[in-house]
Amino acid sequence: MELSVNDHGNFAVVHLKGDVDLQTSPQVRKGLLGLLEDGRRPVVDLSAVTYIDSSGIASLVEAYQTARKKGLSFSLVQVSPAAMRVLQLARLDKVFTFHDTVEAATVGA
Amino acid sequence: MIPPVPPRTTSGHLLWRGRVAARAANLADIRRAVAGALEGLPAGPDWRHDLVLAVDEACQNIVRHAYGGKETGDIVIEMAWKDDTVIVTLVDFADPVDPHCLVIRDPAEVRPGGLGLHLIREVTDRAEFLSPPAGAGNLLRLIKRFDREGG
Repeated sequence: MELSVNDHGNFAVVHLKGDVDLQTSPQVRKGLLGLLEDGRRPVVDLSAVTYIDSSGIASLVEAYQTARKKGLSFSLVQVSPAAMRVLQLARLDKVFTFHDTVEAATVGA
Repeated sequence: MIPPVPPRTTSGHLLWRGRVAARAANLADIRRAVAGALEGLPAGPDWRHDLVLAVDEACQNIVRHAYGGKETGDIVIEMAWKDDTVIVTLVDFADPVDPHCLVIRDPAEVRPGGLGLHLIREVTDRAEFLSPPAGAGNLLRLIKRFDREGG
């Protein structure tokens, strides 16, 4: 799994690539919580996520809840079919904020 | 002492049987093996993805909870195809788990963690703990039927 971050003003666009599973999700959790600690607003690009399991979903949920507590936005963009399938199975497709493009997610950056 | 490999725990056409160390680092290999075993079956990509997910989540529970992250034991995974179902059994050598103590998270409750069993239940037709073979700790059996549309 690869994680990279690009700055878009106040937003931090986090690109995830590959499988997000028990082995790799701690890296995702640490990365997202670190950005939130710095007051950044994560926009998580899931277009290149080939697989995600419950531990990966848990990392996203924890970051989402941390963002809410801090009054920061948190959104998912370009969610791959594999990731959307698990979000739907977890009934989280109505919880997260989704955008089709990074540009749409970073309006006002 | 390494526990002996248990006898077959499924009936039907054997698709794959493997013994893997219960480590997070091995989950990707397990997923690849499970996906490979499902090639050629009359099932669509979502059906295959879901069964891979169920096996992965079951292995994850064994790594995290049955062995408690100690990485000291193995998982024996067996997959068989019988009639309109695929049957997967997962045998570990950890201390027996009381199935009644397993909590399935209400998905309406938004919080990290506890989703694994919910996902397994969502994507399989049956998930049940059975009596393990001699020398083993737990045996989880997953059953997934092919959809009428072919998966």
